[in-house]
Amino acid sequence: MSQQTELPELDSVGVLRYAWRQLTSMRTALILLLLLGVASIPGSLAPQRTQNPIQVGQYFKDSPELARWMDRFYLFDVYGSPWFSAIYILLFISLIGCVLPRTIEHFHAARAFPPATPKNLSRMEHHSTWTANGTELDAARAWFKSKRFRVLEKDGSISAEKGFTRETGNLFFHLALILVLLGISFSSLFGMRGEAIINVGERFVNTPTSYDTLTYGKLYKDANLPAFMLTTDKFVAQYNLKTSAPEDYTLDVSLLREDSSVVEEKVIKVNSPLTIGSTRIYLQANGYSPVVTVRDSKGDVAFQGPVPFLPQDLNLRSIGAIKVPDAVPQIGFVGSFVPTYVRDANGGGALSAFPKALDPRLLLAAWAGDLGLDSGVPQSVYRIDTSKMLQVGLKSLKPGEVFEYPGGSITFEGYLQWVNLNFVADPGKKFALLGGIVAILGLLASLFTRRRRIWIRVESQVEVAGLAKNGAPGLDVEMEQFVRMLKGEK
Amino acid sequence: MSRSWAFASNYFIYSAMAVYTLAFLAHAVETAWAVKVPNDTTKTLDYKRTEKVARIATAMMVLGFILLFAGVITRGVSAGRVPWGNMYEFSITGALAFTGAYLGALRKYDLRWLGLLVSISVLLTIGTAVTVLYVPSAPLVPALKSPWLVIHVSTAIISGGVFLLANVIAAAYLYLDKMETKGERTAWAKRLPSLEVLDQLSYRLVAFVFPLWTFSVIAGAIWAESAWGRYWGWDPKETWAFITWVAYAAYLHARVTIGWRGRRAAWLCLFAGSTFLFNYVYVNIWGTGKHTYSGL
Repeated sequence: MSQQTELPELDSVGVLRYAWRQLTSMRTALILLLLLGVASIPGSLAPQRTQNPIQVGQYFKDSPELARWMDRFYLFDVYGSPWFSAIYILLFISLIGCVLPRTIEHFHAARAFPPATPKNLSRMEHHSTWTANGTELDAARAWFKSKRFRVLEKDGSISAEKGFTRETGNLFFHLALILVLLGISFSSLFGMRGEAIINVGERFVNTPTSYDTLTYGKLYKDANLPAFMLTTDKFVAQYNLKTSAPEDYTLDVSLLREDSSVVEEKVIKVNSPLTIGSTRIYLQANGYSPVVTVRDSKGDVAFQGPVPFLPQDLNLRSIGAIKVPDAVPQIGFVGSFVPTYVRDANGGGALSAFPKALDPRLLLAAWAGDLGLDSGVPQSVYRIDTSKMLQVGLKSLKPGEVFEYPGGSITFEGYLQWVNLNFVADPGKKFALLGGIVAILGLLASLFTRRRRIWIRVESQVEVAGLAKNGAPGLDVEMEQFVRMLKGEK
Repeated sequence: MSRSWAFASNYFIYSAMAVYTLAFLAHAVETAWAVKVPNDTTKTLDYKRTEKVARIATAMMVLGFILLFAGVITRGVSAGRVPWGNMYEFSITGALAFTGAYLGALRKYDLRWLGLLVSISVLLTIGTAVTVLYVPSAPLVPALKSPWLVIHVSTAIISGGVFLLANVIAAAYLYLDKMETKGERTAWAKRLPSLEVLDQLSYRLVAFVFPLWTFSVIAGAIWAESAWGRYWGWDPKETWAFITWVAYAAYLHARVTIGWRGRRAAWLCLFAGSTFLFNYVYVNIWGTGKHTYSGL
């Protein structure tokens, strides 16, 4: 904490000590704190990979040179970047270096007696004096005791002190922040986060291959995945008739846990995830999967099943791709699904008027050629690279209708709804929460506690004085009460 | 039924605007009168005539507060939920919190000189809400259906109201400080509190509301955990809430530990408050992320 640093010849220990003092000085901590705030700004302006990978991709497509340079400075991964980490790690080291010595100091101070009554009380604030009648010292002792002051009595005088909670709260606040950070680190080591799109009616077996995306903490293993099976039974979405805004999503699931033969019926809603052990399952998104059957020219089935499409607007106009790599030549369909069809007055295309499937249509463009799946470049399942393909037909289908194109046919059988479930294990969050609660309590204690000393000396005269150890107001009122009590007034 | 409640709400809001306009005019007359007092600096100024107008102004502020309160409540009744579902509702509730913070502080401190600024900023806020941000009363999207809405948003709005009041006072400090370094305060500014009082006041407001803001951020994190599957995700709104928190934490440290006072403290206070405003305006309107269902 000390700001003064002498400068003798510095050996390596001296250099380290100097660096440590600088790092743990309040000024450095304050600069680091402000720097942390400033450093978080770019992450709110540039898209981040963890939240919006598609938009990051768009940056690379629109201006690759700029995006490469931004990427070099981790501007798409600000909160995991070395420079951001450096700031908060330095801040926390500085914090620990500041708080630990103060904790020890405070621990000793809290058990020590208050310093003896100073000789000259008249120099203090709130000083007053009057003729003694002999009972004042006893009255003061009782008053201090009832108010839980810590006292030192000596030679007809009492020195009393109160308000250690201020520093205690302050220390707890800072220690709690360290606890929050530990909670976050704990989760990044032992946590898990995965995502899966499941068609309603299908089941999900909790193994790594069932996920669309899955990331583990550094010390999380496949074997840590809890064994369970989830069947999505029913999904109901309610929408506002006027605005199309969603009002409620309810997903009914059947859950079969490991070592259990009982199937449990559960409900997952947006604000009430399903908890299985340390894993929680969140309902995050939903959409439609058109069900299609693709046949080749001989009438043999080349592909059959639901294909999840990606919603584009509030009325769930969705786009997607159906890829049939086994056909010769390869066939791909660029599609758009509208749950409630209306003609686009401007372009003649299809729009959706309502998010519920009241009059569903599937609009397809059929492409033949090379889907490019073997090129090694990862592809979106919702899009097709048509650069090596030829469009062979275009059609809008109602459920049950067939679209015949040169080389085969596709039947629009109907649709399923899909839900996007997030599976999260976050073992550190209880520590973070505990840290948050302790931080608030500590903060309240440190901001609203007054630390003060009150003295009384009784000889032929009674002399009292007080000293506020921090800026919070209130000592004047307390001293008034004290004096009135001593004089026996009410 | 809900339609007539929504209409009632609109009427209350419009009446509140009219009353705030009167309050603003009364405060303006009060201020103008003080300027007209002959610039005889040796004598104390006579405020007897402005006193009456000032009392009317404060009464209007109270009446405006009551009408706005009624408007916010009926808005909530019309939608069958707490009235914090979109930016229109945030704005009228924010204006309510700001007036509330002013009237609350007025009971303890002589803050009437702030009335002019408070009434005009409330008028502008409600005016923007009514003209630009208005959306018909409607139920909430599923992610907002949670008891945490009440806890998280109410504490955020109250914190915002008090932060902004502290900001206005810090700005007044800087303005008067500039005036005093040039020479003497002009006549109308003489009845404003001393620099020391302003300095203390803005600090106390921040110290009082900082734990509430901390609580609001934590409540938001708890809610985010149950709605989005993570308690912290560096969503733009979260990031800026964090920046505001860090900035005020720095302000409190600068004051308590290093002993900053006056000009530097006021600038830091203004900076921290502007991060809050930025969060409200920029992230709601132009931002992306999970907090953008505000109906705008």
